Amino acid sequence: MKLAYYPGCALHGSSNDYEQSLRACLGKLEVEPQEIKEWICCGATAAHALNHKLSIALPARNLALAEQQGFEDMLAPCPMCSMQLLKAAKLMDEDAGLRREISSVIEVEASGRLQVLNLIQVFQRIGLDRIKPAVKKPLADLKPACYYGCLLTRPPDVVKFDDPEQPSSMEAIMAMLGAKPVDWNYRTECCGAGMTMAKEATVLELSQRILADAREHGANCLVTACPMCHVNLDMKQGDIEQRYGTRFGLPIYYLTDVVGLALGLSSEELGIDRHFVKQPQ
Amino acid sequence: MALGPYGSRHPRPLVSLSPVRTITIGSRVVFSTACCLALAFATPTETTVPVELPAPENASCNVLTKILAPTHWTDCYQCGKCTAGCPVAAAVDMTPNQVVRALQLGNFEIAMASDTIWACVSCQTCSTRCPQSVDCAGIMDALREVSLERGLASPAQKTVVAFQQAFLNNIRRNGRLDEIELIAEFKLRALPSERNLGFLFKDASLAPQLQMRRKLHLRGEKVKDRPIVRRIFERCGDGKHG
Amino acid sequence: MSRIGVFVCWCGENIARTVDVAEVASAAAKIPGVRCSVHYKYMCSDPGQAMIREKIESEKLDAVVVASCSPHMHLKTFRKTAQRAGLNPYLVEMANIREHCSWVHHQRGEATAKAAEIIRMSVEKVRQNHALQAIRVPVTRRALVIGGGVAGIQAALDIADAGYEVVMVEREPSIGGKMAGLSETFPTLDCSQCILTPRMVEVGQHPRIKLYSYSEVEAVDGFVGNFTAKIRQKARYVDISKCTGCGECWNVCPLKRNPSEFDFKMGMRPAIYVPFPQAVPARPVIDSKTCAKLIRNGCGLCEKKCQAGAINFKDTDRVVEEKIGAVVVATGFQLYGIGKKQNGKLVGYGEYGYGKYKDVIDSLQFERLVSASGPTNGAIKRPSDGKEPKNVVFISCVGSRDNAKGLSYCSKICCMYTAKHTMLYKHKVHDGQAHVFYMDIRSGGKGYEEFVRRAIEQDGAKYYRGRVSKITEQNGKLIVRGADTLAGTPVTIEADLVVLAAAMRPAPGVTDLARMLNVGYDEHGFLLESHPKLRPVETNAAGVFICGACHSPKDIPESVAQASAAAAKTQILFAAEELTREPEIAQINEQTCAACYACYRTCPYHAIEQAEVRTPRGVFVKKTARVNPGLCMGCGTCVAACPSKSAELEGFTEQQIYSMVESLA
Repeated sequence: MKLAYYPGCALHGSSNDYEQSLRACLGKLEVEPQEIKEWICCGATAAHALNHKLSIALPARNLALAEQQGFEDMLAPCPMCSMQLLKAAKLMDEDAGLRREISSVIEVEASGRLQVLNLIQVFQRIGLDRIKPAVKKPLADLKPACYYGCLLTRPPDVVKFDDPEQPSSMEAIMAMLGAKPVDWNYRTECCGAGMTMAKEATVLELSQRILADAREHGANCLVTACPMCHVNLDMKQGDIEQRYGTRFGLPIYYLTDVVGLALGLSSEELGIDRHFVKQPQ
Repeated sequence: MALGPYGSRHPRPLVSLSPVRTITIGSRVVFSTACCLALAFATPTETTVPVELPAPENASCNVLTKILAPTHWTDCYQCGKCTAGCPVAAAVDMTPNQVVRALQLGNFEIAMASDTIWACVSCQTCSTRCPQSVDCAGIMDALREVSLERGLASPAQKTVVAFQQAFLNNIRRNGRLDEIELIAEFKLRALPSERNLGFLFKDASLAPQLQMRRKLHLRGEKVKDRPIVRRIFERCGDGKHG
Repeated sequence: MSRIGVFVCWCGENIARTVDVAEVASAAAKIPGVRCSVHYKYMCSDPGQAMIREKIESEKLDAVVVASCSPHMHLKTFRKTAQRAGLNPYLVEMANIREHCSWVHHQRGEATAKAAEIIRMSVEKVRQNHALQAIRVPVTRRALVIGGGVAGIQAALDIADAGYEVVMVEREPSIGGKMAGLSETFPTLDCSQCILTPRMVEVGQHPRIKLYSYSEVEAVDGFVGNFTAKIRQKARYVDISKCTGCGECWNVCPLKRNPSEFDFKMGMRPAIYVPFPQAVPARPVIDSKTCAKLIRNGCGLCEKKCQAGAINFKDTDRVVEEKIGAVVVATGFQLYGIGKKQNGKLVGYGEYGYGKYKDVIDSLQFERLVSASGPTNGAIKRPSDGKEPKNVVFISCVGSRDNAKGLSYCSKICCMYTAKHTMLYKHKVHDGQAHVFYMDIRSGGKGYEEFVRRAIEQDGAKYYRGRVSKITEQNGKLIVRGADTLAGTPVTIEADLVVLAAAMRPAPGVTDLARMLNVGYDEHGFLLESHPKLRPVETNAAGVFICGACHSPKDIPESVAQASAAAAKTQILFAAEELTREPEIAQINEQTCAACYACYRTCPYHAIEQAEVRTPRGVFVKKTARVNPGLCMGCGTCVAACPSKSAELEGFTEQQIYSMVESLA
């Protein structure tokens, strides 16, 4: 499968454990996504919050570069990136005048043929029925709370993926791996997003609700496909425990961690040892 | 003196502005009814709805309504579903539907001066569930953009504003995020509003923890062709309009 | 026609303000063949009409052109006037110089010139009109009522009591519709079944009402006064002429746990069942999808137990034909399916957890809970654990007033029945608290506003103005996240039970029925009336009337009123010796017709027949197409389709149209 890879700033920054996990896991499935050259930041929250045109231009440049470099499909493992890329593609699709304007801003033509995929969609492309036979260690002890976060399924007219109210694509993967995903209430509730530094109280409050609900529903870990959510739930879990005087100790796995473990990779290979909240022994 | 969203218009102090809290009924505590009532009664301003179209010099509202056009803000019939689903609605001065209402009444500046637009986490729940297809999240974006440009951003939200601006500057310079540089610029920008040195060093303990996990990058990645990034930023007005 | 009279109307200021009527009248006077040309302020008024009659007599006019408003307004008026003066009414034309001229132009010069041209065209047309006679068709004085809910019942009783026979078709095993399943009705809190069942019995026993229950209409052919309906009687597997309704069969049936349709799945019923005790007819039906005998030839206990020998597993569907003269459609409604994707953009409300959480139910399900004859005998119990709920949340507008993923319209009755639900709940659970999330309160009927205030002021219902965003379940409680926009705050309630006021939609299959009857329907499937203000129970299909919720969401008094109105219209139809129809229909020249039947294939009213021309002795001459004057609506499609120009529209021949166009040159 020829797949472009758009890491985004997080996966090359302090969430590089996600990249490690992703490369190991997809590599085991014989998928080697190729990082596009000279990619730039998608703009994340700051661009769409402060400058509408920039929030289209920055992702559009990446779409165009990937097309230029001969790709038809592109994996963007961070849902903020994938959502912004899809939004830019959609807006330019709907407005030819906008496409022309942005193309001249970014100095390269974006034709709109490139397909942007999130991580779950890549697994679906590979085919769950083809991954299942490769499972070496069914995760029978795992009772994950599948956490989608905000931008995998919203806004639905942009990302057009799964059901924004009752998503099930991650649970389907978990079930295939032999795990027992729990039914819980906070699957698509916000963790606080990029407010980690700027408004810590929001992140602590919102992420605490998520961890509490997961635990209440019998989960022994969470699985996520977003590096920002991972930071808020994993790196900040200690601060949450301190602030709310409660112990969670819930490991936060990337989706590729869990798939990788089931395929027989080790925690070290997947970078799980680099998480803040330790796996239980 | 606590200045509420109307603070810029009316210098007299309002009822102390603790954030509006959720009313919960059931086994959870019902609280802050008094606060809500106080706010409901202490309506400090009378809105005079403009009869004529605003003069062209009032660029703020014209620019704003132009950016707002794709959000269908005029279709909002104030059902409150956005407020009901907003994860931070209990902790803001104006609920999301009240922000839209302010726009509908022509109180553009009140909306732009609210804390709400900076407390918003852009989770898109509001836009997803709105029965009138109003892009409430897009309204928040538009208000943020124009409020900064017009210097109307709520003073209480300087820290959040500082973060977003530091982020954009970082991308402009490097093409990709340099985390250490970001934190440094953010801390320095926000220091005057935070007004305590502890703020500067608050997240410093993270550094060794990140280092241990090979997550700390002292030197961020930089894009080779940085001038193109700068040109893109310039062509997008660098955040300024007209 | 060589003695044409032109009458130009001012229509007060409507025409005269923009068109110089005097000039137009004098221009018309110069047209060859125009005998007199006058103008007057209100041609449709008594003096105006008197003027026309006076001129017809004094000038011996042989045709009249009235230049005024749209023919939709007053063509009938002026035709009647002419007829009173002894002139054939089809020699009257109207030149529309209001909607087509003075109301769309501002410049007096332009408008006046155009008005003169319009009149000139009408003069050319009327010159070639023929004197026509209205078409007479016989009437079968029997009515078909489709739907046995309260509207159908009312219509059937009215028509039958007036002395005409009624054939009623109801798809469920019993008549009664949704009203039979309600507990109490607003605003009087009358027991619904108590007020309905006497009328149901009346229908069942009426000497002039023939009831086909558990049946559906398969086809309706013919035209007003002369319809033939094909009705499929579904197999009951019970011979209702032998059955005594003793109940031995359903008592002995071992398959007791089938979700009850009548209880909207809140309760169970056996495989052989009567939907509810007061059913009419009070005879059981066997559910062929679950009966063991019918599926795999097992069981058969009911047959053994039945003393009357009424069980017949060999029963089959039967198709019968009925001849009728008028159809009344009263097919009622269904509720919006909250939990699932329906059609097009209706995707349900995943955020409310309907279908996922047992204790989230819709309004009709709550009615069954509250109903004394319901699955819990009227005790309000949570479906999940049977406990009495102490906090019930009612959510309005689920599916209604939602342009994004629901229906754009207001379902009208939900505000009222929600208030009713809070009261019924409170009357049964004295220490309970009802919470209502609403956007607006629509309570415009007689005593309705007072009723809602009573729910709030006397029975303590709490009303929060805002929609609900999400419902989740925690520790057996339903966490309802809504808002109160009046206080400007989110509101979260831990509820024991949530009742969703789902939107009213037309009953399933109604669009297929509409096509059978040539009745139009809107984008939601609601049947279209002839005119929203003045003709609310007639349709554009002559002889077909509509009433009740199939037309639009409405409550019981409105449904009953509309049903009586439809019955009245039916009686008007039946009161005439013969029916008259407008004669401006298509004519086919049988000499030139080549019987290619392009017209037969294209006629939207199936008004063209394949016929033969025979000599008086019956020898076959040729095939031809022939217009059925009872069905033809004068649309002109056949005229356009005919390759040999054998079809012409009376009053709109090609000659006439060319003359009109050439008069402008």
